[in-house]
Amino acid sequence: MSKLLEVKDLRVSFKTYSGEVQAVRGIDFDLKKGETLAIVGESGSGKSVTTKAITKLLPEPQGYIKTGEILFEGQDITKYSNKQMQKLRGRDISTVFQDPMTSLNPTMKVGKQIAEGLIKHRKMSKAQAREKTIELLELVGIPQAEKRLNQFPHQFSGGMRQRAVVAIALACNPKILIADEPTTALDVTIQAQILELMKDIQREMDSAIIFITHDLGVVANVADRVAVMYAGKIVEVGTADDIFYNPKHPYTWGLLGSMPTLDSDEEELFAIPGSPPDMLNPPEGDAFAPRNRFALEIDTQMEPPMFQVSDTHYAATWLLHEYAPKIEPPESVQRRMQGFASMDDGKDGEA
Amino acid sequence: MNHMWKFSVRRMLIIIPQLLLLSLLVFLMAQAMPGDALTGQINPDLDPQEMQEQREELGLNDPWHIKYADWITSAVRGDLGQSFQFKMPASELIWNRMVNSFWLGVATLIITYLLAIPLGITSGRFNDSLLDSSITGYTYIGFATPIFIFALVMLWIFGYQLGWFPTSGSVAPGSDPGTFEYIVSKINHLLLPAISLGLITTVNTVQYLRSEIIDTKQKDFIITARAKGASESRVYNRHIFRNSLLPIAAFFGFEITGLIGGTVFVERIFGYPGMGDLFIQSVLLRDYTVVTSVVLLFGLASILGALISDIILSLVDPRIRIK
Ligand SMILES: Nc1ncnc2c1ncn2[C@@H]1O[C@H](COP(=O)(O)OP(=O)(O)O)[C@@H](O)[C@H]1O
Ligand SMILES: [Mg+2]
Repeated sequence: MSKLLEVKDLRVSFKTYSGEVQAVRGIDFDLKKGETLAIVGESGSGKSVTTKAITKLLPEPQGYIKTGEILFEGQDITKYSNKQMQKLRGRDISTVFQDPMTSLNPTMKVGKQIAEGLIKHRKMSKAQAREKTIELLELVGIPQAEKRLNQFPHQFSGGMRQRAVVAIALACNPKILIADEPTTALDVTIQAQILELMKDIQREMDSAIIFITHDLGVVANVADRVAVMYAGKIVEVGTADDIFYNPKHPYTWGLLGSMPTLDSDEEELFAIPGSPPDMLNPPEGDAFAPRNRFALEIDTQMEPPMFQVSDTHYAATWLLHEYAPKIEPPESVQRRMQGFASMDDGKDGEA
Repeated sequence: MNHMWKFSVRRMLIIIPQLLLLSLLVFLMAQAMPGDALTGQINPDLDPQEMQEQREELGLNDPWHIKYADWITSAVRGDLGQSFQFKMPASELIWNRMVNSFWLGVATLIITYLLAIPLGITSGRFNDSLLDSSITGYTYIGFATPIFIFALVMLWIFGYQLGWFPTSGSVAPGSDPGTFEYIVSKINHLLLPAISLGLITTVNTVQYLRSEIIDTKQKDFIITARAKGASESRVYNRHIFRNSLLPIAAFFGFEITGLIGGTVFVERIFGYPGMGDLFIQSVLLRDYTVVTSVVLLFGLASILGALISDIILSLVDPRIRIK
């Protein structure tokens, strides 16, 4: 499969009164056609900033791309002008944001908000755009589309609003759909519906999806590949199987361990102690070391490089160095890994 | 649309208790003032005995609620009582003044918004630029300048020194109502007081609009608009300005209330025969029926102002309509 998007050594910073906040500190990843890549990490790890950098929607003037390349179909869009980006946004790369309560214009009819992109990118007439909008509303599962078209966002429930936001994002069949925690602000049942919707749509439209979340549980159902982010860096990346059955980074263990499971009681939760570092002064060495109970001497001095685990699987931890002691993931994490494996077997069996 | 009508009707019902309260307050104020409807009229040589009889006959010794009912019914019919000083019905005295004040108010509002909208939008869109700093600087000066001092300075410069505008009155004496010259003269008399007042009152709206725009710029739905590929001009014109102008529209009615205070000074300084001028004049002359009537009308204007604000807001903001 060809690479649709390639991000190379991307660094994003914010100028603030107290200094430079290094939100993203050199990340590399790529996205293939039709693939779903999940980016996972605690809040503040730089996931949203990464996606905003890709569409160049960083808050101006404080946020800026410091270095790096973002190749979309081989073209480096960090060099694009604002006009060029406007052509790309909504047409080739669309975004669904986290909070459907605030991401729609309160004084514009929902139909009009969906039609905006169609009129801009596809040069549709108002009538054509209306037809297509009805189609889109039906596609995202909003009943009575003709009536809903003329309503304002406040007449929609949270779940319906997020469906409308998805419709906006899908309007022009984007090649990449970025979903930045699209279900975090919703009820659990509605979360599942929206996830289902996104999977259906992907099947239908063959868009690639970058799915941002802080919840590994959500990822298991949707992602082909997973990138785990910590303190502005990708610390582990691999296929969903790599990450769930064979995680190598202690941070990934932490994320897996802190996932509630159906039969887990309190003690079993392997929560990550402490809190993420201050990105004004990122620590030397491995940024995760202070919270890592398996940290080695070297972690405080030198940043670990990306070690290759397999063709698809990489992790940035000194534990993978040939001289490092062999450490197995904690018991509770191992049990979860096995849980995922058996869940998957079950699925395969059904199919 | 249907919702909007429901809202408007409901909103209009609210003014009933407001009007009741206003009239009661004004009535109590009138009662507290010395003298009554007869004091100014009656021949001083009249025998006190006879005066008592006349009072009785006119109902001036009735209990307060009957007097209130009488007063309010005649006020509704347009009878506001007699002016002690001018020996004529207060309503007649007030009518011309009211028309003058109305036009002064309209002119001031036009100038206020003509200045506020472009200045506020520029300032908000290009915030922290040099342009923004200059506009904000102007608003600070506007906030700090008392309107009566500013009006005097304007009058002195443009009225007396440069002679560009007339220095008092509302129309050149001797011009015939209805003619073109008459209208031009009216506008000419209006302009300097309206500009003086507008230049000061506009700073509120400029500041308000500026902060609304800066606030709206950072809203999530603006990022959504950009993420769709909307051009900058579309983002501003269709998404930011509309949402920032809503609260400004709501402010409109209060602007009217604010104007009342301003016109009192400005009309006095420019010798412009409006309600504010009449108010000060009748306070100085202790012409109590006129004072009460003017206060009543000012109160009425404020209530209507708030009503207009809310109806405008419901027209432009879909979220209000539904409730
Ligand atoms: N406008 C901003 N100004 C300064 N710092 C910011 C700004 N936006 C984000 N950051 C910083 O960037 C880091 C990453 O934020 P973000 O990408 O939003 O995290 P998340 O992974 O939760 O999406 C955080 O440390 C945050 O403080
Ligand atoms: Mg985020």
